[in-house]
Amino acid sequence: MSADLYHEAILAEARRSEGAGRLDRPDAVVERDNPLCGDRIRIEARIEEGRVRVLRHTTRGCLLTRAAASLLAREAPGRTPAELGRLADDLARWLAGGGAPPAPSLALFAPVRTVASRHDCVLLPFRAAAGLATPGDDGVPPRAR
Amino acid sequence: MSLDVAAIRRDFPIFAAQPPPFHYLDSAATAQICRPAAEALLRFETEARANVKRGVYRLADAATRAFEEARARVARLLGGVDPREVVFTSGTTLGLNLAAHTLAPRLGPGRRVLVSVLEHHSNLVPWQLVCARTGAELVPIPATGDGRLDQAALEARLDRRTAVVAVTHASNVTGAVTDVARVAAATRAVGAVLVVDGAQRIPHGPVDVRALGCDLYAFSGHKMFGATGAGVLWGRGELLAELPPFLGGGEMIARVTFAASRFADPPHRFEAGTPPIGPVLALGAAAAWMTALDWEAVQAHERALTRRLLDGLAALPEVRVLGPADPEARIGVVAFTLEPHHPHDVCQLLDVRGVCTRGGHHCAQPLMAHFGVEASVRASLALYNDETDVDALLEGLAFVRSQLG
Repeated sequence: MSADLYHEAILAEARRSEGAGRLDRPDAVVERDNPLCGDRIRIEARIEEGRVRVLRHTTRGCLLTRAAASLLAREAPGRTPAELGRLADDLARWLAGGGAPPAPSLALFAPVRTVASRHDCVLLPFRAAAGLATPGDDGVPPRAR
Repeated sequence: MSLDVAAIRRDFPIFAAQPPPFHYLDSAATAQICRPAAEALLRFETEARANVKRGVYRLADAATRAFEEARARVARLLGGVDPREVVFTSGTTLGLNLAAHTLAPRLGPGRRVLVSVLEHHSNLVPWQLVCARTGAELVPIPATGDGRLDQAALEARLDRRTAVVAVTHASNVTGAVTDVARVAAATRAVGAVLVVDGAQRIPHGPVDVRALGCDLYAFSGHKMFGATGAGVLWGRGELLAELPPFLGGGEMIARVTFAASRFADPPHRFEAGTPPIGPVLALGAAAAWMTALDWEAVQAHERALTRRLLDGLAALPEVRVLGPADPEARIGVVAFTLEPHHPHDVCQLLDVRGVCTRGGHHCAQPLMAHFGVEASVRASLALYNDETDVDALLEGLAFVRSQLG
């Protein structure tokens, strides 16, 4: 049932909104829209030796997108943008029905797996983060990397 | 005479097929199919299928006659126009793209296309594309604060530079009904062509397109109780005769040589390739079903439901309705926000109560920007809805608040 999507862990994660905000002089910036509803995320990252050290986001979206952005902020540090791209792919595959959750923290999205129309809500922040590998593809010029 | 809604609902197989609770309030996206349309589609595809316009055997001849009868049925729904003015398309989007493409030779630097900010993207993006290609200027027509076409602003922008005016007959967000006759008079005075998106208006009653005075009028079968895959672009005969072809292929030619081709007369000039025959027959059946209804009773019923919905929403302090408050000035397409909740979350939880609504920007992002929001919830009524549907939505919003705080 759809109400299961809104279990306490997802609501709490959306409210926590880990990493919400901006960075002073980020190394990389990406913006991405969900074309279905106009939701938008802006991600700023500080990158050292090719790995994300800090990630901040400004998210305008539904509870699922906001919870996913919060989890992204926790999962991103220490990963390369390419690894975040693979995480996004693995998350998409798991939501579509294959394998195990790509990170233990993401298991809270299990009820979303049966609601295909909401997969993009969860994936938006992770797909945006994958764009850190090629910042600027959404029209936002990269800062010095 | 009041409308027998139970009898109407018996004409829609979905209501017997779906387990309760089932409150379908998304007819602006796609309406349910009426039984005559569903039967016409199934009968053609399973018992009478043949291609149209070419075969001489009896089955093909019958298919061609049924296809042209569907055209005549649509012509009757549009005020008894000449069936040769009825062009079958795949839907409103194709009809509006056909309009933009075939009017392109009239555009160029120094020419203007006026498009209202109320438009669905399908009546904006084709004009953006054709303006970019030809060098014409795209000029927005603003909306009023309550989401109606700003008629005075339109008239202030009209001059001899204007080649095309594109407006919706009824907004798919605010439900506001445009005074097309007034727009048409002003458009005609400067010698421009008026293109109307009728997708939202046509399910709410027959439209006399000649009386409206527009030049081109597009709509979809699936929003007027037909099948998906077929629509109509009605065009004033004199204009259609002047327009060049859109897509090239079979069915739309008079003679083809490698040196050049001559094209068929309208409407076939604009119907290249095998058309969506089954969906067209369903569209014709839906048009005939609609034509037989008592529209005074239907529209009174829809107005009463719209008023009930607007009154119910007005009683909720967290709700902001995006559109006119007066049910007389609008159809029952009602978009609103429920602060502080995201429309997708609201719609998802309404689904738990069996209430089908739409959340998002409704393919009208400039209009969302006009209201200062990114997205909204939309409940859209059709003739088969009743008070229980409206009440389920209103009760559902209380449930949403209880779940999300």
